Amino acid sequence: MNITQILFWFLSVVALFSALMVITNKNPVYSVLWLIVTFFAISGHYILLNAQFLAIVNIIVYAGAIMVLFLFVIMLMNLNKETEPQKNRWLRMAGAVAGGCLLLVLVAALKDTDIKQQQAMVNGGSIGLIKNLGKELFTTYVVPFEISSILFLSAMVGAVVIGKKE
Amino acid sequence: MTLLVIDWWLILEKALLIGGIIGLSFFIAMYTTLAERKVAAWLQDRRGPNRAGPFGIFQPLADGGKLFFKEEIIPLASNKFLFILGPALAMITALITSTVIPWAAPFITKGGNVIPMQVADVDMGILLVFSIVSVGVYGIMIGGWASNNKFSLMAAVRGASQMVSYELPMGLCLIAVLFMTGSLKMSEIVANQVQNGWHIIYQPLGFLIFFICALAECNRTPFDLPEAENELNFGYHQEYSSMKLGFYLFAEYINMFISSAVMVTLYFGGYDIPFVNEASWGLSSFWMSLISFSVLMAKISFFLFLFLWIRWTIPRFRYDQLMNLGWKKLIPLALVNMIITAAVLLLLNK
Amino acid sequence: MLTQRAKEVDRKPMTFLESIYLWNIMKGMGITISHLFKKKATINYPEQTRTFSKVFRGLHVLNRDEEGRENCTACGLCAVACPAEAITMEGAERLPGEEHLYREEKYAAKYEINMLRCIFCGLCEEACPKDAIYLSQTFAPANYGRKGFIYKKDDLLIPHPIENKEAYEAALGDKPAKN
Repeated sequence: MNITQILFWFLSVVALFSALMVITNKNPVYSVLWLIVTFFAISGHYILLNAQFLAIVNIIVYAGAIMVLFLFVIMLMNLNKETEPQKNRWLRMAGAVAGGCLLLVLVAALKDTDIKQQQAMVNGGSIGLIKNLGKELFTTYVVPFEISSILFLSAMVGAVVIGKKE
Repeated sequence: MTLLVIDWWLILEKALLIGGIIGLSFFIAMYTTLAERKVAAWLQDRRGPNRAGPFGIFQPLADGGKLFFKEEIIPLASNKFLFILGPALAMITALITSTVIPWAAPFITKGGNVIPMQVADVDMGILLVFSIVSVGVYGIMIGGWASNNKFSLMAAVRGASQMVSYELPMGLCLIAVLFMTGSLKMSEIVANQVQNGWHIIYQPLGFLIFFICALAECNRTPFDLPEAENELNFGYHQEYSSMKLGFYLFAEYINMFISSAVMVTLYFGGYDIPFVNEASWGLSSFWMSLISFSVLMAKISFFLFLFLWIRWTIPRFRYDQLMNLGWKKLIPLALVNMIITAAVLLLLNK
Repeated sequence: MLTQRAKEVDRKPMTFLESIYLWNIMKGMGITISHLFKKKATINYPEQTRTFSKVFRGLHVLNRDEEGRENCTACGLCAVACPAEAITMEGAERLPGEEHLYREEKYAAKYEINMLRCIFCGLCEEACPKDAIYLSQTFAPANYGRKGFIYKKDDLLIPHPIENKEAYEAALGDKPAKN
């Protein structure tokens, strides 16, 4: 048990516990806050893999921007136990079935993966550092990268168009 | 079995550095509160606090003592846990940001060990600052929501949207700087400026946008809409009392200090002494560290003064003006700045 | 012409320089920074005080003549003149042997001024035929209760001019002792 392993187990427990809290909490504001804790734990895992860029971007984008917007909406709507609408029984059933299907797919997909050969480089490796990551993105994966950048550009233009409309 | 292999010296060194920086942050923040009142007084032809000690230098201690001994009120209808979490988060995020700033030229011991005057020179450097700043919104949002007060909620929502929108132009300006340095490491950003001249020379527009955004990120006037005294009754910390209020106010001053430090590091050469080649002086590394540290502090003090000066000059923006400025002026300008920088660099490299 | 100083509101569209605000902001900041070097308008109050005008109307003082006898005869003219009805008094007859205390045959046994009611108009001073009350150059100090603001005769009387000369002169202030 070295320090990396201790950290790994600690972060895993935090991530799983907070993820459970997200779905079991009655108060949606708490759920969002637990989700932020989850993101931080996952960022911790990225750092253990020396994927610093991914860790930081995960925090900036998810914890810092998207969750703020979630929190924004939830706070303004003031959802809580009293205002929660009574859910239809059939809706619950459908939800359970859909969730079960997702679980099935995930299990099926992960069952056959060969873990040993895909072992991540814990506390080492430099592919996660920004220089290598940038080189990789602009050489090997330049086409998907540029396509996604066009997607972002169009999204930005769209946002401006919506914003301009009075 | 050795459980853990720990470099105790490293831990000691870093612990000392962390303690020093946190102490420094608190000290500077304390005296910025005094400076705020003094500058406000001077700009309004008054004298400012001068009763506690000579020139009022013990005033921050008196203020702090007052806040500590005040009655602590937690509103009955508030969410108690989140109510306490709010100011704690604000304080923590304000303090974490200082980790990646290089405070002085590295100190070389007699044994030849180089001790960088920086808690962590991580590969992500400046991005780490950004991630912490983006998380800093939660202090305001949680505090405002947990107070269970309309004004607080309004202010929290305002604060969050303001900070999220002004992060964008800030990041775009940063990208232009990163084009020039080719690294996110704070130490390399400073080293690049020591070599090639300060970034403010090449990036005046970028700096201007960055500075405006820094004002907005710190919730300083003219962008202090989250705490707008006369419209929202002090906004998100309206329900707070005692040291929890003190933490919010203090976090604002620490944020000012850190953002000044970030601006100095990004655009004004960090701890670099202008116009001279200090390496030719032949001073020992101890004195070099000390001198470079004081130079950095002098630059930071100037920016802190600028923050105060602006606060006591410019009236508050209206909310729609704030959003228009952010989205319709600063973001396009920052984009243009970024593209021009990229084009010029591309031409020069050819 | 003197009164027609209203300015027409300028509703011209902003010029380019104005529309980027920065220039005007810099001008404003120049104005504020210039105040850093100006003379301060305030003073360190308890240590330094400003000189009052000779006609300043502060707290009341009940006067004595130069032998230290009280001037007041409890005629009640001050109370009648007082627009705020802040003064109440009770007269009493001077007994034999008290000639060194009171100048005339009648004196004020009780004399109270409610400083919360008083508007410091100085009409009492003008009404007094005996020059017994005048408004000094000290102004009302703070107090914790309403009771503290009702000044009794002991609070109002000027110090004895012979027994306590310095205090007497200090209380007299810039006003010349007329008598």
